[in-house]
Amino acid sequence: MADVPENAPEHCPGTTSEQAGKSSSCEGCPNQKLCASGATKAPDPAIAEIGEKLSSVKHKILVLSGKGGVGKSTFSAHLAHALASDGTKEVALLDVDICGPSIPRIMGLEGEQVHQSGSGWSPVYVEDNLAVMSIGFLLSSPDDAVIWRGPKKNGMIKQFLRDVDWGELDYLIVDTPPGTSDEHLSVVQYLSSTHVDGAVIITTPQEVSLQDVRKEIRFCQKVKLPIIGVVENMSGFVCPKCKNTSQIFPPTSGGAEKMCADLNLPLLGKVPLDPRIARSCDEGKSFLSEVPDSPAAEAYQRIVQSIQEYCSNRATEEQSTT
Amino acid sequence: MSQVKHVVLVLSGKGGVGKSTITTELALALRHSGKKVSGHSLCGLALCFPPCLRQSQRLTTLCGPQVGVLDVDLCGPSIPRMLSVGRPDVHQCDSGWVPVYTDAQKTLALMSIGFLLDDPDDAVVWRGPKKTALIGQFVSDVAWGELDVLLVDTPPGTSDEHLAVLENLKKHRVDGAILVTTPQAVSTGDVRREITFCKRTGVRILGIVENMSGFVCPHCSECSNIFSKGGGEELAKLTGSEFLGCVPLDPLLSASIEEGKDFTQSFPDSATFSAISSILHTLLKSLETD
Ligand SMILES: Nc1ncnc2c1ncn2[C@@H]1O[C@H](COP(=O)(O)OP(=O)(O)OP(=O)(O)O)[C@@H](O)[C@H]1O
Ligand SMILES: Nc1ncnc2c1ncn2[C@@H]1O[C@H](COP(=O)(O)OP(=O)(O)OP(=O)(O)O)[C@@H](O)[C@H]1O
Ligand SMILES: [Mg+2]
Ligand SMILES: [Mg+2]
Ligand SMILES: [Zn+2]
Repeated sequence: MADVPENAPEHCPGTTSEQAGKSSSCEGCPNQKLCASGATKAPDPAIAEIGEKLSSVKHKILVLSGKGGVGKSTFSAHLAHALASDGTKEVALLDVDICGPSIPRIMGLEGEQVHQSGSGWSPVYVEDNLAVMSIGFLLSSPDDAVIWRGPKKNGMIKQFLRDVDWGELDYLIVDTPPGTSDEHLSVVQYLSSTHVDGAVIITTPQEVSLQDVRKEIRFCQKVKLPIIGVVENMSGFVCPKCKNTSQIFPPTSGGAEKMCADLNLPLLGKVPLDPRIARSCDEGKSFLSEVPDSPAAEAYQRIVQSIQEYCSNRATEEQSTT
Repeated sequence: MSQVKHVVLVLSGKGGVGKSTITTELALALRHSGKKVSGHSLCGLALCFPPCLRQSQRLTTLCGPQVGVLDVDLCGPSIPRMLSVGRPDVHQCDSGWVPVYTDAQKTLALMSIGFLLDDPDDAVVWRGPKKTALIGQFVSDVAWGELDVLLVDTPPGTSDEHLAVLENLKKHRVDGAILVTTPQAVSTGDVRREITFCKRTGVRILGIVENMSGFVCPHCSECSNIFSKGGGEELAKLTGSEFLGCVPLDPLLSASIEEGKDFTQSFPDSATFSAISSILHTLLKSLETD
């Protein structure tokens, strides 16, 4: 059962919330008694099921940012492409941005639909070893809006984690919406009985973005999610004509570099603004294979390499402690 | 709220497209719009503001429009920084929360949910129902006084904050929404969904703004379309919405926003400013005809 039962009123606070059975919207709901009894607030059995299901996934990486539009989805997609370029690795990309799913377009999968198989939902494959899941595959048209409150979004995320038939995986990458709310809490909670390698935090250089990203870092600390490192995206633009660099999003407070130094976090790298990145995203192609020798592609590759190293170090650490 | 004449939401399905920036610049441009020309019969200024927004009672001292900005982005409130008000304490009076004014003349009033938080770096890790409850209280309880226009800045998406803010504002009035997008398909795709949201919730679409379209190199004047070009206008055509205009990607604008400076005053001759004022003009016209 999802957090919001089918027969619940519109403002249902969710069966597992503190307000379950007590809020004013619970009046008249057929589940009110059950919710008020506290029975529904017991730990969700799905957490254990998800733990079991994903225990064989070697590495799980969340891509987070407090700020919108900094390039979380672009980075998630390219991380997935880069990891999957090693044909021996099985990679999955899960989009938990329920209201604004960008992954189908960026991965060139617009209009694809998810199929139900005996063992759950089958993801959509970009290549044999690169599987993708997004709510975008469940919508019937590009105009479809997902006007859902938190509890319903949480139910969907639970289904994504529990019911998608990924097969054996080396990497599971999770792209998130901006902020520190339902989607983020749900992902972290539903993954709490399984091992998560950590989060990659994306920011742009300006303080307007960093001020939100600091909150995201606090969030990670609060929920004890390790931080793999920070990526500064859209840092500087080199004019294709005169080759001068412009700081379109100026690092007025020292950029990600200063923030990382202050908070003692690794800076994984800086990716410049490049119009070809935006175009590749719109066309659903991998920028890494479109323009492999560009400074931005090189920056991506170095960042991916640091992430791979982090993950394999963590894996060996774990083996040596057990 | 009863003394607020027009309420305009700034929405986008996509994050980081400039909702907060456009809100800020429109508010600043609006505030100054009354002070530009002189010679009006009532207040000594010529046609200082579209008449529908100007009550004749308000005479010389407060000739310009009274503008309010309401920021309901709980997890990432940007407006206090963009309008350079820091982190003031908000006070309560008999009629509710007293907004924070950005100027001594009190022509621009601001209320941000960020003011209620203790530590600026602290994360607001709240699920929907809690956000809904706070926004509900918050929206109805600000003592705006008399306002010509209230602009509401929102987080990206079509979820709790949006539903909560609408539910509460609709008791008073909502003129409609401005939708902000960047030119790329990745963004217009999300904004198409936001349009559906507006239709389903009965919010009039006042128009679409294409932001970050075209970057003119300050060194050689070459224009690069970093985030593509034309997507906003195309989307407006496709969906039969009004197109309000394009705002270029301008490092002077992002720098002003960073420092909380008034771009509309610092660069009144820039192409970016003229784009903003033309958007404002079209917006005001459509507010007149509802
Ligand atoms: N380095 C870059 N250079 C040029 N364009 C970029 C770069 N990184 C991202 N973009 C473009 O910027 C836009 C925003 O990126 P993206 O959608 O990945 O951000 P996001 O953080 O996932 O946004 P949201 O908060 O809405 O989920 C996209 O159109 C993308 O193609
Ligand atoms: N036309 C522009 N030229 C240059 N920089 C811009 C422009 N519009 C916005 N920016 C910058 O882009 C960044 C993102 O803008 P802003 O914070 O207004 O977006 P938003 O849609 O409110 O984001 P969020 O979804 O996180 O609320 C800011 O640093 C802002 O200064
Ligand atoms: Mg995204
Ligand atoms: Mg904003
Ligand atoms: Zn140049």
